[in-house]
Amino acid sequence: MVQLTLPKNSTIRTGKTWPKPEGAKNVRQFQIYRWNPDDGENPRVDTYFLDMDSCGPMILDALIKIKNEIDPTLTFRRSCREGICGSCAMNIDGINTLACIYGLDEVRGSVVKIYPLPHMPVVKDLIPDLTHFYAQHASIMPWLETKTNRPAKEWKQSIEDRKKLDGLYECVMCASCSTSCPSYWWNGDRYLGPAALLHAYRWIIDSRDEATGERLDELEDPFKLYRCHTIMNCAKTCPKGLNPAKAIAEIKKMMVERHV
Amino acid sequence: MAYLTDRKRAIGRGSAKSGTEHFWAMKKSSFALLLLVPLFVFTFGPALGGTYEEILAYYSRPFPAIVMGLTLVVGFKHFNDGAQVAIEDYVHGLAQKVLLMSVMCLSYGAMAVGLFAIARIAL
Repeated sequence: MVQLTLPKNSTIRTGKTWPKPEGAKNVRQFQIYRWNPDDGENPRVDTYFLDMDSCGPMILDALIKIKNEIDPTLTFRRSCREGICGSCAMNIDGINTLACIYGLDEVRGSVVKIYPLPHMPVVKDLIPDLTHFYAQHASIMPWLETKTNRPAKEWKQSIEDRKKLDGLYECVMCASCSTSCPSYWWNGDRYLGPAALLHAYRWIIDSRDEATGERLDELEDPFKLYRCHTIMNCAKTCPKGLNPAKAIAEIKKMMVERHV
Repeated sequence: MAYLTDRKRAIGRGSAKSGTEHFWAMKKSSFALLLLVPLFVFTFGPALGGTYEEILAYYSRPFPAIVMGLTLVVGFKHFNDGAQVAIEDYVHGLAQKVLLMSVMCLSYGAMAVGLFAIARIAL
C-alpha cells in the first residue's frame, strides 16, 4: 500500500539558525534540508542568511557560498556549474531543477527553500541515492545495438533521421523528471520512469539501431512503461526543456502500431 | 536484506510482454464513450419523469434500448479497466489481488444486472 506519511525517523524538524552576516544590507534567507546518516538524528531544516551583494546569481553560487563561508558540513553534488553534468539536481522552491542554472531571482518569495530530490533515499543532506535510477537507465541498453556487420567507415544517418534525436539526446540524467513523477514515487521499483523511457525512445527511434523490436519487447509491461499516466510533471520540471512525456507517448504509439 | 546487484533489482522479473492490449482497450472504450455518453444523455433525458407505461413504451423502441445497453457494457468495462490501473498504482500485495477481483465482480455484476433490466423492459 502506498505510504502517505513519513516514518517517525524521517519527519523533518527545525534545525539550527545561523547568524546573519554583519553589516550586510541585502540579506536573503535560505532554508536547507540537512540529514547526516552518522548522527542518528532526524532530518532537520537549517536556516542560513546570505549577503546577496557578495553572492553569485545562481542557487549553486549560494550553496557554495554557504559551504565556504558559513557551514562546511553542508553536502551537495556539483560539477560543471553550467547544466551539462546534471549533478546538482535538487528541489528548489518546490521545483526539481539544477541548482547551477536556476537563478536566485527565479525563486518566488524571499525565503529560498532547498530539499533533495523527492521520494529518493537520501545519502546525506542534498544528495539522493540514484543507484536504482542509474540501474534502470542501464537496463534499457543505452547504446547502439546492431546485427549487420560493422561498416568499414561509419554507420550512416541522414540529416532527417538525425533530427529525430533532437530533444532526446540532450538529457543529462539529472533525475529531476523521474523524481517529480507521482507514478515513479509509488512504483519506482518497477516503473522505469520518464528519464529511462526518454533514453529508451532515443535508441528506439535511432535509424542506425537494429534492436527496435527487442527494445519494444522489453518495454511492453504494465509497470515498466504503462505506469505513465501523462501527468506531465516530467515535462514541466525538466531543467533542459525536454519532454519525456511526449517520448513515452511515442513509445506507446509504436506499441499500438505493432498490435493493430 | 538481499545481496542483489543494482541491475538485477532494476530488471526485476523482466517484461510481462503485455500491457498494450489493456492500453489500447482503454483508448477504444474511451472513444466509444465519447459517442455513447451524449447519446445516452439525450435518449435518457426524455424518459425522465415518465409514468411506468411511458417508460416501458419508450424503452421498447430499439434505439434508446440499444444505446442504454451499449453504454452499460462499454461504461462498466471502461470502469473495470480504469479501476484496475488505479488499484495497481496505489495498492500492492494480497490487498491488490483481492481489490482487483472485487472490482471485476462489481463491474461485470453491475453490467449484467443493467443488461437484464433493459432486456426485460425492451423485450
